[in-house]
Amino acid sequence: MYVAVKGGEQAIENAHAWLAEERRGDTEIAELSIAQIREQLSLAVNRVMAEGSLYDPDLAALAIKQARGDLIEAIFLIRAYRTTLPRFGASEPVDTGEMACDRRISATFKDLPGGQVLGPTFDYTHRLLDFKLAADGEVPEAPMRDADLGDVPHVTEFLNREGLIEEAPYDDTPPPDLTREPLEMPAERALRLQALTRADEGFTLGLAYSTQRGYARNHAFVGELRIGAVPVEMEIPELGFAIEIGEITLTECETVNQFKGSKTEPAQFTRGYGLVFGQTERKAISMALVDRALRWEELGEDNVGAPAQDAEFVLYHADNIQATGFLEHIKLPHYVDFQSELELVRKLRREAGVDQVQEAAE
Amino acid sequence: MKDGFDANTARKAWMSLLARAPEGRAAALLDTAMVRPAFTWLRAPEIGGTMVGARAGATGAPFNLGEMTLTRCTLTLETGEIGHAYIQGRRKADAAAAALIDALMQTDAAEMLRAAVLDPLQDEQTRAKAARAAKAAATKVDFFTMVRGED
Repeated sequence: MYVAVKGGEQAIENAHAWLAEERRGDTEIAELSIAQIREQLSLAVNRVMAEGSLYDPDLAALAIKQARGDLIEAIFLIRAYRTTLPRFGASEPVDTGEMACDRRISATFKDLPGGQVLGPTFDYTHRLLDFKLAADGEVPEAPMRDADLGDVPHVTEFLNREGLIEEAPYDDTPPPDLTREPLEMPAERALRLQALTRADEGFTLGLAYSTQRGYARNHAFVGELRIGAVPVEMEIPELGFAIEIGEITLTECETVNQFKGSKTEPAQFTRGYGLVFGQTERKAISMALVDRALRWEELGEDNVGAPAQDAEFVLYHADNIQATGFLEHIKLPHYVDFQSELELVRKLRREAGVDQVQEAAE
Repeated sequence: MKDGFDANTARKAWMSLLARAPEGRAAALLDTAMVRPAFTWLRAPEIGGTMVGARAGATGAPFNLGEMTLTRCTLTLETGEIGHAYIQGRRKADAAAAALIDALMQTDAAEMLRAAVLDPLQDEQTRAKAARAAKAAATKVDFFTMVRGED
């Protein structure tokens, strides 16, 4: 039986008014501007862009402000906004070999063309709270060095020359698009990569960690991690040629993984790939490990039943907006559902004679 | 045919430069250089998105990485030249300035605009890129080998 119930409008309106007040906090404290969030909480902004799957730092900063810093709520706002945007086209695939690298490191090769460039990293900090940041202070300008990095080729290119690593052969198959077609199994790699790049960072990290701990272990090294700006080119139909429409910052991780070889393939290294909007290093490494684990079938590896090998499990649970939508809906009114459950439990207890037993005990 | 190719290359270069310009910068340079001529919108500035592509393993099969916001518009000058703009972000005023510059670059004003708008924009972008590259270079590790301990 469906029972329509009305009520609560005033309570909802008042709750939202209070939310706005709590969001602002103590009015004695200066209000945060969107530009402050964009510039000073930029890694939060990057995460919201990556998982919101929309590159726009100002919108991500606005979403973080509106969501009171709840990043999943902010991602939800961005996902909702992006559905309202008319699609003007699709870009050419970005060329990460052309990246203007802020950071570029390899855990596998010490001396590589372009060198080990640390960039603005938390690595090698002592993870001690810096109380100087609690006081106002000028930041000294970062040192510069008059040195051209020159070409910064991908690390896997060196291994390719010896045939020691699998190739990623050029291909122009149009990829499926998760934003146009619902996710269906089996999911080809292009679809998996699209789902993983916008997947929840925590979930992806946990799965990647599980592969390191032995659930579908694939012995990953970070062959290369690079962060920097790449131009985005798009074909303009009115012109008949492609132009750069802007520039985006990306984090790319290529893992080099052990592979013992199979009946048809000699022993060689295999690869996992992570590419994520913004400076999002933990996510990009995690993505590469999970991508590699999901490739077990094409590489002829055993399915050991590990969660990270199960594409359906991974992809259907990696999206934090789907997950939180379903999870959080159970707090909304289910009065009628629960009423029927209540009646069922009472009936079962009557049939089992539970109430009589209790009466006898009294 | 070769002329057409060169013209496209030049146009691609300035349209790309305008798309990468920081907020308000192209408009400010244009307004310093000249009074904006009259024009008619063929497509008023509108905000949308584009799907950014990438390749698995950087060189392999393409996949969809995510979307980015984009503003586009098209206008025509009274003398008939058509200007287009496709620029990153939600920036209608910047798109309007970029489309106007694109149209004007097809007129006699091209040389003046190159000197007053495009060259300064290019210089600023080159300097900003160089400063970032120099900061990155300062974080490049110089290895030195310690005495090895095997013997």
